[in-house]
Amino acid sequence: MIDMLLEIKNLHANVGDKPILKGVDLTIRKGETHAIMGPNGSGKSTLVHCIAGREGYEITEGQILFEGKDLLAMSAEERAREGVFLAFQYPVEIPGVSTSYFLKAAVNATRKHRGEPELDALEFLKLIKAKQKMLEIDQSFMNRAVNDGFSGGEKKRNKKFQMAVIDPKLALLDETDSGLDIDALRVVSDGVNLIKRDTQKGTLVVTHYQRLLNYIVPDIVHVFVDGRIVRSGGKELALELEASGYAKYDDARVGV
Amino acid sequence: MPTQTNQIETLANREYQWGFISDIEADEAPAGLNEEIIRFISLKKAEPDWMLAYRLKAFKHWKSMVEPTWARVGYPPIDYQKTIYYSAPKAKKKSLDEVDPELLAIYEKLGVPMHERALLAGVEQPKIAVDAVFDSVSVATTFKKTLAEKGIIFCSFSEAVRDHPVLVKKYMGSVVPYSDNFYATLNAAVFTDGSFVYIPKGVRCPMELSTYFRINAQNTGQFERTLIIADEGSYVSYLEGCTAPMRDENQLHAAVVELVALDDAQIKYSTVQNWYPGDKNGKGGIYNFVTKRGACRGDNSKISWTQVETGSAITWKYPSCILQGDNSVGEFYSVALTNNYQQADTGTKMIHIGKNTKSTIVSKGISAGHGQNTYRGLVKILKGAENARNYTQCDSMLLGNECGAHTTPYIEVRNPTAKVEHEASTSKIGEDQLFYCKQRGLSVEDAVNMIVNGFCKEVFEVLPMEFAVEARKLLNVSLEGSVG
Repeated sequence: MIDMLLEIKNLHANVGDKPILKGVDLTIRKGETHAIMGPNGSGKSTLVHCIAGREGYEITEGQILFEGKDLLAMSAEERAREGVFLAFQYPVEIPGVSTSYFLKAAVNATRKHRGEPELDALEFLKLIKAKQKMLEIDQSFMNRAVNDGFSGGEKKRNKKFQMAVIDPKLALLDETDSGLDIDALRVVSDGVNLIKRDTQKGTLVVTHYQRLLNYIVPDIVHVFVDGRIVRSGGKELALELEASGYAKYDDARVGV
Repeated sequence: MPTQTNQIETLANREYQWGFISDIEADEAPAGLNEEIIRFISLKKAEPDWMLAYRLKAFKHWKSMVEPTWARVGYPPIDYQKTIYYSAPKAKKKSLDEVDPELLAIYEKLGVPMHERALLAGVEQPKIAVDAVFDSVSVATTFKKTLAEKGIIFCSFSEAVRDHPVLVKKYMGSVVPYSDNFYATLNAAVFTDGSFVYIPKGVRCPMELSTYFRINAQNTGQFERTLIIADEGSYVSYLEGCTAPMRDENQLHAAVVELVALDDAQIKYSTVQNWYPGDKNGKGGIYNFVTKRGACRGDNSKISWTQVETGSAITWKYPSCILQGDNSVGEFYSVALTNNYQQADTGTKMIHIGKNTKSTIVSKGISAGHGQNTYRGLVKILKGAENARNYTQCDSMLLGNECGAHTTPYIEVRNPTAKVEHEASTSKIGEDQLFYCKQRGLSVEDAVNMIVNGFCKEVFEVLPMEFAVEARKLLNVSLEGSVG
């Protein structure tokens, strides 16, 4: 199945003793953009963290395949090197470590994993310059410490820039709380739309707000309630959700 | 997360690379401490009477003193009668060419440049003059002649006592008096060797000076004494490195370092302390009880202490500045890392006496494993210190759940024009930070090294270049097994 990027089959996950994911099935083919929408606390963020390999979640059942490989058998860093990129909703600050140093280490970790030669400082600079030009982005933050003292907008721009430089196969966007700041939305969607243009890549966006989907137009929208996908459809589903909310999916709760 | 912590721990537990024991025949004093031993040491060093008298005076005073207990460190009582106070390699030397090749080989193995090679593979290397101290004696000092042409004296302390008695008598004990504290007084009684530096008026020392301390013999304490005098308008940058073999019993290292900066003089003193820290269960390791103090005696003088403390089972050390001269400046930059069962109680004292005196303190404490790390500092502004300024920044980082970080700052201000700032933070190397790095493809080890190095950046920036590279490597090695 050459066009399969991500296949999630009957995924169950707990935090502590509490089941959060209760049987998620999701398939993303290469070139597709999927959006997951759902009410607060439905487990949307948990799903992307499970895909990215964050510790603290216990997978009790099911599997995740990435290009046919068993993702759950890999550490978080291996998943990243395979091409899974999580755009953090709240990017972490790393004081004293310059953004360019950090990115160079990240790019080289992936190159090494793929058996490609690591980039030296000059080659890396060239890559950075090319991406800057392409994204028309102000890169004054490259010499500043990672996310340290960045404004909200700068963090978003940094996120987009990282995505362009690291060049992942699958971008996971956890934008649960964002969606109000139009400028920020635009920055993020710019980055995602680069990936969208590539038929070999895929995107999974998690959000509350339909508005984000005006900028990142999904191929498929999933409604996520109580740890499961309860309905899937085209982009018009997002508009319907905006109008009528999630109330009618209450029946979908497991055990109700 | 439990897995996280385990990974952190594995990272911090790599072997100590400098732990080899060299089989060098030694000329040793019998274990124990009494007047006879002190006379023995003095005789071995063919010292003048005034030096012996100084030692005996200190010893008499020491007997009336009790070991300090205020530091946040714990260890079983030390039997001072079980330590050997003098151990010298038997091989005799007259000049660098005649130094026992076995000893030279040890220093080469430790990576200490003992040859005056200006050119290496056709490229000019930065020159560093080295005084190598092996157990109780200085075995060689390089570049002495080159330095002497500028009037700079760089030699072992024993030679200075013999050849420059006027300078030694004038300055020794003038910053750290023989009665200063338990360990300094012990040192004054039994010190064996160390380095002596004098930079004449208006001379900028053309190369880094350094002393490399190595403890080799068993059951031996190292009690070195270093005295650096920067005369008016002079400048010197001095580096200090230390290692010891891995031994199961604890060994004592009680040093005294005195710095004197006269008008417009500047001394930059950098330490990378890597004494054997003990094994991962806390067995063995060096007790590093050191008194370091600098006097900015002249107007517009400046003393900077930079230390990277990764070794020793216990570190008790407070490199301080007495800011006597008007407009004088004191600086203290410190990175202290405690892993496994290491304990560090370290910090500084900035005593503002002169007008417009300024001090800066930047302390970075990192605790991993069961390590306990305490910053202890005093900023004291005396009555006459008009417009004194101090800025203190004190950051602690915790790696794991079993370690501790403590901050004990004292501030005493007796002049209303003073401005004293204190900033402190404690952070735990976050699961969030680690996951962020891992999600960008970095291994846990690389992530931890990166985060910790970033944390220490402000201190590494003030280290001399070659030293900064070493310090980074050392930090990474010392952290191995600590994080996830």
